Amino acid sequence: MVLELVALALAIGGAFFAMVAAVGLVRLPDVYTRIHAASKSDTLGALMSVAAVALVIQTETATLKALFLLLFLFLTNPTAAHAIARAAQDQGIEPWTVDDPDGGEDA
Amino acid sequence: MVDVAQPLLALAGAFVVFAIVAMYRVVTGPTLHDRVIAVNVVGTNTVVAISLAAGAFEEPVFLDIALVYALLNFLLSIAISKFSVEHGGVL
Repeated sequence: MVLELVALALAIGGAFFAMVAAVGLVRLPDVYTRIHAASKSDTLGALMSVAAVALVIQTETATLKALFLLLFLFLTNPTAAHAIARAAQDQGIEPWTVDDPDGGEDA
Repeated sequence: MVDVAQPLLALAGAFVVFAIVAMYRVVTGPTLHDRVIAVNVVGTNTVVAISLAAGAFEEPVFLDIALVYALLNFLLSIAISKFSVEHGGVL
């Protein structure tokens, strides 16, 4: 009973943070801010939802698998975002600033 | 006993919707890195949707598929970011 309610709350929170990531990916002005939205919000949303699955699922090995998936997402998602940000910086893409006249859409 | 299967399936649908929203950034770019990070978000949302379906249907096998998909997603992002730089020195 309590376990299911906690799992539901976690899953709904995870969906909320995934929505924040999607909105940030569409609305923010340049590559670096979009990477910021995608890496942090989406990682938290994924972690909360997979934790909900780990609480709900009945088999013990399945819980272990869900925990491994959680750990793996926690390690790889920020690493991938970091690598992409480094690649963008190496190619000389300038970060967007407030006095950018074109709003950074073609940064 | 709270029935948790239907809400988990609905939330999996919500994750699919957010992946479709992220596809907007894959299509419009403008840089390669925008597309890569958006594809990464689409992949992560797919992994979460698969694992939510595993929780809803009580199918532990789905979690194996989600693990493999997460690995491939990570490999794609690292490979593209590495080979888009001249000497491959990103990490």
